[in-house]
Amino acid sequence: MKKKTSKEFINNAVTYLLVIAAFLIVNTMKEAGMLTRSLTGQLIPICAYIVMAISLNLVVGISGELSLGHAGFMSVGAFTGAVVTASMAAAIPDPTVRMIMAMIIGGIAAGIMGVIVGVPVLRLQGDYLAIVTLAFGEIIRNVINCLYVSMDEGRLFISFNDPSLPGKLLINGPQGALGISKISTFVMGFALIIFTLIVVLNLMNSRNGRAMMALRDNRIAAESVGIGVTKYKLMAFVTASVLAGMAGVLYAMNYSTITAGKFKFDTSILVLVFVVLGGIGNIRGSIIAAAILTILPELLRSFNDYRMLVYAIVLILVMLATNNEHLKQWGSAFKRRLFSRHKAMKGGAEE
Amino acid sequence: MKKMKVLVSFVLVIAMALTMVSAAVAEGALKIGFIGPLTGAAAVYGISAKQGSEIAVEEINALGGMQIEFNAQDDEHDAEKSVNAYNNLMDWGVQLIDGCVTTTPCVAVSAEAFNDRVFMLTPSASSTAVIADKDNVYQVCFTDPAQGAASAQYIGEHALATKVGVIYNNADAYSTGIYQTFMTEAANQPFEVVIETTFTDDTTDFSVQVSAAKDAGAELIFLPIYYTPASMILKQAESMEYNCTFFGVDGMDGILTMEGFDPALAEGVMLLTPFSADATDDKTVSFVTKYQEKYGEVPTQFAADSYDAVYALYQAMQTSGMTEANTTEEICEAMVATFPTMTYEGITGTMQWAADGTVSKTPKAVKIVDGVYVGQ
Repeated sequence: MKKKTSKEFINNAVTYLLVIAAFLIVNTMKEAGMLTRSLTGQLIPICAYIVMAISLNLVVGISGELSLGHAGFMSVGAFTGAVVTASMAAAIPDPTVRMIMAMIIGGIAAGIMGVIVGVPVLRLQGDYLAIVTLAFGEIIRNVINCLYVSMDEGRLFISFNDPSLPGKLLINGPQGALGISKISTFVMGFALIIFTLIVVLNLMNSRNGRAMMALRDNRIAAESVGIGVTKYKLMAFVTASVLAGMAGVLYAMNYSTITAGKFKFDTSILVLVFVVLGGIGNIRGSIIAAAILTILPELLRSFNDYRMLVYAIVLILVMLATNNEHLKQWGSAFKRRLFSRHKAMKGGAEE
Repeated sequence: MKKMKVLVSFVLVIAMALTMVSAAVAEGALKIGFIGPLTGAAAVYGISAKQGSEIAVEEINALGGMQIEFNAQDDEHDAEKSVNAYNNLMDWGVQLIDGCVTTTPCVAVSAEAFNDRVFMLTPSASSTAVIADKDNVYQVCFTDPAQGAASAQYIGEHALATKVGVIYNNADAYSTGIYQTFMTEAANQPFEVVIETTFTDDTTDFSVQVSAAKDAGAELIFLPIYYTPASMILKQAESMEYNCTFFGVDGMDGILTMEGFDPALAEGVMLLTPFSADATDDKTVSFVTKYQEKYGEVPTQFAADSYDAVYALYQAMQTSGMTEANTTEEICEAMVATFPTMTYEGITGTMQWAADGTVSKTPKAVKIVDGVYVGQ
């Protein structure tokens, strides 16, 4: 038992170190002006996608439910964040504080949506969550397309399908949120990833996390020992929604405009692809997959018209490679050899 | 196996390192970057615009004198990808931007270009949000408000109908933008809007909207939408034997060349467009001929706008005495000073710009007769 805990500890430490090291290297290179604009411009979206992938992994990998509307929560966070930062611009001039406020409020808003969707659905068995979250993502997109929010003399006005509101429009229906002040920074993105890792990894290794995994592996057995299904599934789902909302705020504050059309079904699936390719239940894998698959289409720009074709081929190759028995055997043999050498050295030292 | 993996990772590292190093700057040509959707749902607009620009670049390079190096980047009609494409062009050392083609990406990119002081001339991003509060972003196309108001005035002045219906896409920035100003102007016009119905990007069946318009007795239906949904509406109206006039805006342009669409259905459709490919002036004829030779299709208004964008940039460069040796920022400031003062005669009309970036040119109303545009 003790050995297992220490193994988990090492595993988590590697994840943290990986993220911190990557951040330090990239940030130093960025400060030194060694990165191209193309890469610098993608740093914040990469951070947002990493948080999305980790949080979705909590739902898909740890609690074992399929969610197809994760971008919907991102959208709720993004638009809440846009309104919060715009309306607080006068009250809180400091962008960092404003951003943190926006993330908290955006996260809460997405979390409330998570509760609304999760409470009825997680009581059901089967793939209902997938169907409902799919619908949820589409509903959110269409609602925001009709939503008009304006601000006039410190008051907010909200209407549906009627743009004739007093003051300056913050959210203008299908044109989305306009005139966002770009306050996201790479450091904030990094801080959000670390926050997400702390939340998710601690939750996974807690009593609650083990209950979630027990439910995932065998629902009947877990219920028979008194684990409440809805409570734990809801815990995972709402946590993931809150984190997705925060990722949405980070993402939105990096562009001067954001539209509901961005958070379509395609984006949900894209995040699911990160999770699947990185390995379901594997947090480190999600991080790496999200980063690489976000950069990849940009690296492939030189292929011009064949870019998306090459991207698809790369996805298939990765999928084949990660599921290849030979490679897997080779990997585990390599691990065993390393481990045995480590053991031998340790044994040698003891003698 | 192990060797193979080492080799693969080595190759990947090299590939990554190569892409991270900025491309070497070629001397002696003005670098014009183009951003537009070359793949995805809006690709038809981006590809048309790119082809139009390419013809202009070829013509200018054939003249001798200032040479242009043209680099087109795909944005998939997505704000995030568009900013990526823009950053990619910045790494390349872009001096002037011809883009973006579609509105939402353009709003995101123009904010970046404003901060970096890169001059942008968009051929077809028509929302006012594109140019708002940015002194270095200009448009070749009409703004959405101008199109909506002009359409309402045209219908009113020519007494095309007394009862008008509107079908628009309330999930689309372009469509709602035109709809809103159309409705504002319609209040001053001698016709009545009897019905307004909406649809979204996912709609594939328009029988509800069309039959509602029929029941309301609309004699003319205003369609401030793109041609793909418009083609379905025309088909549905045909099957319901509903004979009314359809009136479109520039998004309707391209319907005749759409694959799988029977041009007979579009007979009698009217649209407001700055460009008609059957115009007889020398410039248009020469452009249309070249375009057909090269790409085997009739150019749309997107191609024409983009062709004009390159020429307008070229003319402004010459007027201001700038050359490819000047920095991007110098060129930007010179363009900002030159554009409001110059008059450019292009194939989409004679253009003058206001300092806020809007263009003034006359819209032409055309009617589709026997499968071709006929000027009204």
